[in-house]
Amino acid sequence: MKTEIDEKSIDLASQKILQKAEEEGIETAWDRYEKQLPQCSFGQLGVCCRNCNMGPCRIDPFGEGAQKGICGATADIIVARNFLRMIAAGAAAHSDHARDAVLTFKKMSEGEAGSYRIKDEAKLLSLASEYGIPSDGKSLEEIAANLADVLLQEFGKQDGHLQCTKRVPKSRLKLWAELGIEPRGIDREIVECMHRTHIGVDNDAVHILLQGLRTGISDGWGGSMIATDVQDILFGTPQPRKSTVNLGVLSRDKVNVIVHGHEPILSEMIVEAAEDPELLKLAEEKGAAGINVIGICCTGNETLMRHGIPIAGNFLQQELAVITGAVEAMVVDVQCIMPSLGELTGCYHTKFISTSPKADFPNTVRMEFHEDRAYETAKEIVRTAVENFPNRIPEKVTIPEEKQECMAGFSAEAILNALGGSPDPLIEAITGGAVRGIGAVVGCNNVKIKHNYGHVNLVKELIKNNVLVVTTGCNAIACAEAGLLLPEASEMAGDGLKAVCKALGIPPVLHMGSCVDISRILVLASAIANRLGVDISDLPAAGAAPEWMSEKAVSIGAYVVSSGVFTVLGTIPAVLGSQAVTSLLTGGLNDVVRASFAVEPDPLKAADLMLEHIDEKRKALGLN
Amino acid sequence: MKDLMIRPERCMGCRSCETACAIAHSESKSLFLAIGEKPAPKKRINLEPVPDLGVSLPITCRHCKDAPCVSVCPTKAIYQDENASMISYDPNLCVDCWTCSTVCSRFTPLYHMILVMGCWTSSMNHNRKVISRQAEAGIKCDLCEGRDMPACVEACPTHALVFAEVNEV
Ligand code: SF4
Ligand code: SF4
Ligand code: SF4
Ligand code: SF4
Repeated sequence: MKTEIDEKSIDLASQKILQKAEEEGIETAWDRYEKQLPQCSFGQLGVCCRNCNMGPCRIDPFGEGAQKGICGATADIIVARNFLRMIAAGAAAHSDHARDAVLTFKKMSEGEAGSYRIKDEAKLLSLASEYGIPSDGKSLEEIAANLADVLLQEFGKQDGHLQCTKRVPKSRLKLWAELGIEPRGIDREIVECMHRTHIGVDNDAVHILLQGLRTGISDGWGGSMIATDVQDILFGTPQPRKSTVNLGVLSRDKVNVIVHGHEPILSEMIVEAAEDPELLKLAEEKGAAGINVIGICCTGNETLMRHGIPIAGNFLQQELAVITGAVEAMVVDVQCIMPSLGELTGCYHTKFISTSPKADFPNTVRMEFHEDRAYETAKEIVRTAVENFPNRIPEKVTIPEEKQECMAGFSAEAILNALGGSPDPLIEAITGGAVRGIGAVVGCNNVKIKHNYGHVNLVKELIKNNVLVVTTGCNAIACAEAGLLLPEASEMAGDGLKAVCKALGIPPVLHMGSCVDISRILVLASAIANRLGVDISDLPAAGAAPEWMSEKAVSIGAYVVSSGVFTVLGTIPAVLGSQAVTSLLTGGLNDVVRASFAVEPDPLKAADLMLEHIDEKRKALGLN
Repeated sequence: MKDLMIRPERCMGCRSCETACAIAHSESKSLFLAIGEKPAPKKRINLEPVPDLGVSLPITCRHCKDAPCVSVCPTKAIYQDENASMISYDPNLCVDCWTCSTVCSRFTPLYHMILVMGCWTSSMNHNRKVISRQAEAGIKCDLCEGRDMPACVEACPTHALVFAEVNEV
């Protein structure tokens, strides 16, 4: 069974490179997906358990065979435990990223990470005061050092609850306290998930899922939020700026260095190193017209938001970028990097450079990154790329011409700025009915859904219906490629939203950053809820992850729903093997956290579900 | 004629064939909907462990029209009910001669080897149960009528099941 190329992606540039891959006999994620089909039913339903060595155990979903694991675990228990482990892994990924950002921040404050500076003093001071750190008479570095210490404690805290959760509207915090799901230390929640899912510990699906919510909250309002805040202090809080996206941003005559992964700590330095006169001169000597730094996935989102660095694509375009044959170096750190890049880069002249002490892949050149030598390492990496330029094989190069302008950089601060300093104009637009509500659309790509089809169609349908969309991650890149991140895209919006966008000069879809930056969406939602004196769950707002695939997305889902936002998933999570877990997630949670999940692969129907929800909330608030 | 061939040496015991078979015989033909159907869809292939060998065999009986097992059975322990054309089994008449198993066209030589290696009793025991279980329920493998490729074959990740000309394997 061979899927036609136009069934793989809606994006023209991607289709062209997929065509090239086919002609050259190069394998991509789509080919490998076909080889996996049909996928294991037990896995899809979440009813297999490998948590002890009496297993693996699996439950017969049709009721004829085994209904219990060897230890007696039922489908409900196994499904809930597996789900909790996914949340734990996702929260771990985000939070470990945050920890590294804080450690860099600490080294910077101690003068041991010479290349880094404090770029946003105001954010430093406001964060310090939020964490109760006095700043009188202290240097910025001292304040930073104190703040770093307090932030690091959030990870291993043994008493009390996470500080960041204080940003939540009071009603929500009260609800969490009543449910006993106020997160404690970030690491503690993750460890407790692993403990609880060990054989013979927590065997009540509801009890297990509550820990899932708590762990999710510790990610969204803890780990992720800390990552965003600290990165803003170190690298600057994003402001709206223009750039270009899609495979067409690869340059025919410049050295192409792709930064891919999730942490801006290294990529910030690479952006700087690419402007180093010494390296520019070297590039010239090697016959290149310059050095072109490009992003993929969330590292790309970070450098786009802060420097206007172009993006070559989202998750499913990482292999395609290499297949253009025009990439001198694919530089990666952590998360969502396909190990297939190892073999793939071997088919071209591309150097595959891995930089994180905790991540390696087949066939990489390792250039481990440490803060004290940050700029030097970045220079070495860029130099490696430049020196690789003459190895490019011209006959193997195809760069699609498709590229698209976009506007990104809408941090919560930037949005409030655009609104004139307070959320009031937006609130007025919502209460007045010009803006029907807010849709947060986020998340990965997934081969199970035609690349970008879910993202783009869902978002288009929302803006057509006057829903202002905020986005992060791979959805943001998909929207950028579809031209939705431009003020002119308001032409595609309904009349009300169009008028608001025109008045403010903003796009109808606001790029708020990378996946950890969903914390920005939470902050914005809190600001609006607080201003209206209601809970987040009362807002005419809904979330969606039309093409999600990663464990991080499961953790995100857990905290977004725990925060009171109804969320529609476009791919089916591995929980349907348990009626109890499924009905809790898709309904029962409403009675617990006043929000729940829905699953709808068809983006237009998903948009309808969100609109329906938004209308209900409008009605409850007395709006029409 | 193409038939479903079983290569037990490749079976990993994942039971994907079983669920695929049940889904193929459900109303909705979709995993996620089929799990909620009442009555629950039934599978026609069964994974049967052979403890003596520490392996499992995917066993599916087609309840063949002129079934070779029936024609060779010396005691008529295996017999065919004309109307339902289901193969049934009467353990009281069975003398454990294993002739029926060796003539079944669906197993590759390895299966015969397993039989010769002396695990007869346990394996036949299971085979026997499968046959009677399917007969009782009145269901039989229909080679997935209407599909190009039987669902179990498509689902098997290790190609322990193949759909091929009988003399090709
Ligand atoms: S924990 Fe229970 S269900 Fe899981 S593998 Fe062990 S015995 Fe089986
Ligand atoms: S066991 Fe007998 S009845 Fe069943 S498929 Fe083989 S020959 Fe036919
Ligand atoms: S061929 Fe079809 S009916 Fe027969 S066992 Fe395989 S899946 Fe079941
Ligand atoms: S799908 Fe294949 S490997 Fe799995 S149990 Fe069935 S025959 Fe064995």
